[in-house]
Amino acid sequence: MLAIHDLACERGERLLFKGLDFALGEGEALLVRGGNGRGKTSLLRILCGLSAPAAGEVRWRGEPIARAHEQYGREMAYVGHANGIKDDLTPLENLRLAAALGGRQLGEDAAQAALVQVGLARCVDLPARVLSFGQRRRVALAALATAGALLWILDEPLTGLDVDGVAMVEGLIRDHVAAGGLAVMTTHQPLALGSLEPRALSVGE
Amino acid sequence: MLSFLFTVVRRDILLAARRRGDWLTAQFFFVMVVSLFPLGIGPEPTMLRTIGPGVVWVAALLATLLSLGRLFADDHRDGSLEQLLLSPYPNALLALGKAIAHWIINGIPLLLIAPVLGIQFNLPAEALAVLVLSLAIGTPILSLLGSIGAALTLGLRGGGTLITLLILPLYVPALIFGAGAVDGVLAGTGAEAHLSLLGALLVMALLIAPWISALALKVSVE
Repeated sequence: MLAIHDLACERGERLLFKGLDFALGEGEALLVRGGNGRGKTSLLRILCGLSAPAAGEVRWRGEPIARAHEQYGREMAYVGHANGIKDDLTPLENLRLAAALGGRQLGEDAAQAALVQVGLARCVDLPARVLSFGQRRRVALAALATAGALLWILDEPLTGLDVDGVAMVEGLIRDHVAAGGLAVMTTHQPLALGSLEPRALSVGE
Repeated sequence: MLSFLFTVVRRDILLAARRRGDWLTAQFFFVMVVSLFPLGIGPEPTMLRTIGPGVVWVAALLATLLSLGRLFADDHRDGSLEQLLLSPYPNALLALGKAIAHWIINGIPLLLIAPVLGIQFNLPAEALAVLVLSLAIGTPILSLLGSIGAALTLGLRGGGTLITLLILPLYVPALIFGAGAVDGVLAGTGAEAHLSLLGALLVMALLIAPWISALALKVSVE
């Protein structure tokens, strides 16, 4: 499904990694490892198409992602360092807006249920501005869960989350992969995914 | 496709409605700048009538520039621009939607205030009508071309000054034909020629600007 071939990345004249190869199929997860500044985030941004690689290419269903922009956009969801939610809107509005921009219908009940699932039952009607960092992270994760994407690209999804939140994310990833989804993620925290053993990829060694 | 465009426009209008203070600054700036000229130059009716169209148009350019800095900057800061760029629709459509929303939020209020300000310059009713018409065709050009500058200077330090230097030269044709249309009415030579050229500029900006903005956005986000 997702394949990268001979990928290289440069950041300001400096080579972060090169010759990266892997292929990921349905029901598989990949954990990208590497210290700070080794190019994990750069790799994930290349994977979702926000940055261009210095060499090599990323393919989705056999097509280079630049050419499959529409299909890839429908089947891929990205959670980056920034949550991508608007401070002036409520979590509920944020979720429904994200769905509408992705070309999907998301009813108020479904959005509400997703927010309850990530533990935000009490703040659905507050502007996101008054929420804490961890709560905003949860809104972004609720948007991810309702995106209906096949491929999840998660950059440090556990940042700012409490113990319950970490368990919730682990549950989301487990269910997603068990249902045949793909996940590519980075994290510095231990990730307990039960029977799911993510494959590991080291960058910038 | 159209529903995506519509959603982007509706989103930006909703966000502007939640933050009225932000976008009202540009309209107040427009009113202030235009009102300063009669005060500074003195109440000489023929002089005011001569400079009126140009002053209103220059103030509209500056007010547009003032509001352009925020066109993509807020979305860039909170990461929603990345999500917008990853949506399954062409990025040019996103840029077009943002420009249309910018025009509705910032351009239309200028049109509505302009005739009131024109009265200060002793412009006759006929000239006021052409002034509004020229702004109606011209302000979308300002929003479209401005979106290129906003996308190019995204995330740069001192982007506000840079955008002025980048975009003001591109605004010159719109200024010449826009203010020229009103001058034409005052001089009795008619406004059709200027308005037609302004319309041609608008069509060109509509066709080209969204694509360039989309490319610039991709580069800036990277």
